[in-house]
Amino acid sequence: MIADGAEDEDKWLAASAAAFKQNAFYMQRAIDTNNLKDALKYSAQMLSELRTSKLSPQKYYDLYMRAFDELRKLEIFFMEETRRGCSVIELYELVQHAGNILPRLYLLCTAGSVYIKTKEAPAKEILKDLVEMCRGIQHPLRGLFLRSYLAQISRDKLPDIGSEYEGDADTVTDAVEFVLLNFTEMNKLWVRMQHQGPARDKERREKERGELRDLVGKNLHVLSQLEGVDLDMYRDTVLPRVLEQIVNCRDEIAQYYLVDCIIQVFPDEYHLQTLDVLLGACPQLQPSVDIMTVLSRLMERLSNYAALNAEVLPYFLQVEAFSKLNIAIGKVIEAQEDMPILSAVTLYSSLLKFTLHVHPDRLDYADQVLGSCVKQLTGKGKIDDPRATKEIVSLLSAPLEKYNDVVIALKLTNYPLVVEYLDNETKRVMASVIIRSIMKNNTLITKAEKVEALLELIKGLINDLDEPQGLEVDEDDFEEEQNSVARLIHMLYNDDSEEMFKIISILKKHFLTGGPKRMKFTIPPLVVSSLKLIRRLPVEGDNPFGKEASVTATKIFQFLNQIIEALPSVPSPDLAFRLYLQCAEAANKCDEEPIAYEFFTQAYILYEEEISDSKAQVTALQLIIGTLQRMHVFGVENRDTLTHKATGYSAKLLKKPDQCRAVYACSHLFWLEDHETIHDGERVLLCLKRALKIANSAQQMASTARGSTGSVTLFIEMLNKYLYFYEKGIPQITVESIESLIQLIKNEESVLSDPSAESFFASTLRFMESQKQKGGAISDRYEEIKV
Amino acid sequence: MNYLLGAFKPACNISITFSDGKNRKQVPMKKENGQTATVPLFHSQETISGKVCIEPYQGKKVEHNGVKVELLGQIEMYFDRGNFYDFTSLVRELDVPGEIYERKTYPFEFPTVEMPYETYNGVNVRLRYVLKVTIARGYAGSILEYQELVVRNYAPPPEINNSIKMEVGIEDCLHIEFEYNKSKYHLKDVILGKIYFLLVRIKMKNMDLEIRRRESTGAGANTHVETETLAKFELMDGTPVRGESIPVRLFLAPYDLTPTHRNINNKFSVKYYLNLVLVDEEDRRYFKQQEITLYRLKEDTSS
Repeated sequence: MIADGAEDEDKWLAASAAAFKQNAFYMQRAIDTNNLKDALKYSAQMLSELRTSKLSPQKYYDLYMRAFDELRKLEIFFMEETRRGCSVIELYELVQHAGNILPRLYLLCTAGSVYIKTKEAPAKEILKDLVEMCRGIQHPLRGLFLRSYLAQISRDKLPDIGSEYEGDADTVTDAVEFVLLNFTEMNKLWVRMQHQGPARDKERREKERGELRDLVGKNLHVLSQLEGVDLDMYRDTVLPRVLEQIVNCRDEIAQYYLVDCIIQVFPDEYHLQTLDVLLGACPQLQPSVDIMTVLSRLMERLSNYAALNAEVLPYFLQVEAFSKLNIAIGKVIEAQEDMPILSAVTLYSSLLKFTLHVHPDRLDYADQVLGSCVKQLTGKGKIDDPRATKEIVSLLSAPLEKYNDVVIALKLTNYPLVVEYLDNETKRVMASVIIRSIMKNNTLITKAEKVEALLELIKGLINDLDEPQGLEVDEDDFEEEQNSVARLIHMLYNDDSEEMFKIISILKKHFLTGGPKRMKFTIPPLVVSSLKLIRRLPVEGDNPFGKEASVTATKIFQFLNQIIEALPSVPSPDLAFRLYLQCAEAANKCDEEPIAYEFFTQAYILYEEEISDSKAQVTALQLIIGTLQRMHVFGVENRDTLTHKATGYSAKLLKKPDQCRAVYACSHLFWLEDHETIHDGERVLLCLKRALKIANSAQQMASTARGSTGSVTLFIEMLNKYLYFYEKGIPQITVESIESLIQLIKNEESVLSDPSAESFFASTLRFMESQKQKGGAISDRYEEIKV
Repeated sequence: MNYLLGAFKPACNISITFSDGKNRKQVPMKKENGQTATVPLFHSQETISGKVCIEPYQGKKVEHNGVKVELLGQIEMYFDRGNFYDFTSLVRELDVPGEIYERKTYPFEFPTVEMPYETYNGVNVRLRYVLKVTIARGYAGSILEYQELVVRNYAPPPEINNSIKMEVGIEDCLHIEFEYNKSKYHLKDVILGKIYFLLVRIKMKNMDLEIRRRESTGAGANTHVETETLAKFELMDGTPVRGESIPVRLFLAPYDLTPTHRNINNKFSVKYYLNLVLVDEEDRRYFKQQEITLYRLKEDTSS
């Protein structure tokens, strides 16, 4: 059926177009022979094709455009006729002899256009006559096109200020009056289309109306282009009249389109000055009008206007733009009872963006908006419309984007209340947004209560919310989120140690409830942050004011102990282990021997009880040795205990090469260059010898097991250690031991051809050579070694 | 056969010329055979003068019982074609009985002739003015020559000329109020007005304004009425809504109209009506007819 309809329509259009063309041809011939009578006759016949009711707006437009082109020719011909002496007044009468109204009015408009150009009568009179006469076409489609023809030909002939058709006294009023009248009539016709034909065609009709809307809107555009429409004219005449028409037409499509049109075509300055009028009309529109989109655009425009022109800001204040908008929105929401939550949120979001742009200094405004929003959301439960949720995220992001400073957002008391209405998923998204903003802008959050508020905001990331069953968070996402939380911790910082301690205490409180999965991510940065604080603490007893420092290193270490303790309960022993060592080192710096010892003990316990994987053991052991080597706080006894343990662990490693390496690493524990107390050459040698022994047995095991060997590297490594200590001048390391080691390697190497080992050895020898060349004491020592 | 025809040919050529023939306005007039001829235009109270020229064909003489010229005002009813009723008849004797051998010219004059009625060509009746030259002959029948002339009479603008205003309608269906600015229009006038829609419950296709001419002939039981639509002028396209007001502007000039004639010599009347017609989508017609009076206004000489 529909396809048939379209086909028929094409046929009709083709028929109309053919008849049209034929008459246009005759008209042209009459024009060529200067035959006015025939030109009128054929043009009227040609225009009769526009009387059709069979075409859809689109096809009709096709025909209209043809007519438009032909009428241009006719107009030129009319103009020539008047130059040849034909009276334009007579011409104006002559065209009105046509019996059919539609061709008659097209011709009348064309002749009217010529009439105005000849200036034989004031433009306003002719325009008034034309717009009145056009009332004869009450058929919506034909009327719309006729009037848009009128609008088209009159556009450059309006008696506007500065126009050549301007009369003596205030003719711009007439120009405005003319356009307004034409606009009103066109809108009436346009609205009337809605009520014609059967109800089942409603959808098609609305589509067709959509295609025609620009014909109506064009008039508003013309008004906006008039020089004479200044602010006063706009406020006193144009806007009230246009709004009156819009409100009275009671048509959803027209109201939505036209209000938007007003907002788009007239200057921002005018909107600002007439805000109450425009807003006053909003609650009067039909309930089904999508007013929030319209208002959002208005606010968007005003925000942009304010953003681009700082000098207009005082006007915004002067006209109290914000409170007007706020009140208007309240009224609109009140008026439209069943307004979806999305719409309300969109409105508030726009308003918030507006106030942020226009009144960045008025945080109370922003808070007010959020408050209104909360009021709207109250009693509606969590929002389940995904678009509304998105809009809320955008609403909440706006202050962050604007101020680039989360601290300001934290001042908004209603902010967290809005967040409450989000579902868990979105809360997390929102939290990420907040964190990103902080990271991007390097915002330091320095006050404990702000930290508290912030944590409240990003609760979604810190705690397990009462998650509905079956909602699994993606592992990667989770990790990402937690990493961002970890990064965030470093932005919470205060130079004042007391405040800083408060901050970390708050963090601890929150993180410890965060569940095992999160602590892995959140504890390490907290520890680091705490350690930083320790480092900044004044050295004890160095307080010149004798004031009792409330924050002491001891206190913090206790604190640290507590948080790290939480970790092993989580399956993250290595992490705890590392953190203990780090704390120990920090304690070392603070000369807190018992604390450092305690941390070491904790680390050892973890090593013994929790770290079972051999590779992890190797790494852990390396860490122990490394840390221990740097510790200087320990007394001899404590140190002995710890080093003894460490060497003990080393020898107990599973694989021989690992044992070997760990043991020779232990040798460093006994020789600290800067510490006279730790110069124990005997034990160094002991370690090295033991390592060598292990290397030997590893070598044997390897050759028996596979008939080959990979552990000549061990010997070369050993050689390097020997050389190191030899250089340091430890008397127990003798030239002979080195020489024999080199010999041993050379023997091994003659059998082996491991390229990496070979080059390692070669570079070791080269090093020795270069040390010899260096000169000085070291060079002398190397001279003694015979290779 | 030429000589035979020649035998019945009139013996002379008669021509009638008007003394101000060159300056007098000529207007087109439709003759009985359908062709249009231009004829001189006169008004009542004018003096009709001129010359009658009789020119016998070569070698012939015209014997006669007298020559006269008549000015006749005649009404001819078409149901009684050929039978003229003369309401005006003026005679001038031009010559006493005798013979004419050569071209002879007679001046004539009808001073300030009363010609109360206008020339009219209707459907069933016509009114004409004619100059008739008669060369009376005893045996061969008189030789006649006619010269038509058109008479038009100007009327002064009426002193009272009320507008026509009326509210009409069909209950609960359509209520309109229409207004025409005058009830009396001259022939080049323009009808202005508006149609105001008070109630519209029908779907309309269009609205036309028609000018209708009602010609009634005869009297009493024999009255014959003929109505013609002379103009059909579309005023509106589509269906208006309540409160809509549609302008009327109809120029009368392009239409072939005459003044209203009321009871001309008890023979006929010509009346004009404005007929407002509304056509609905089912092609039903709703109309209201109003009489208007047409008159001929003295045309501005400059235009």
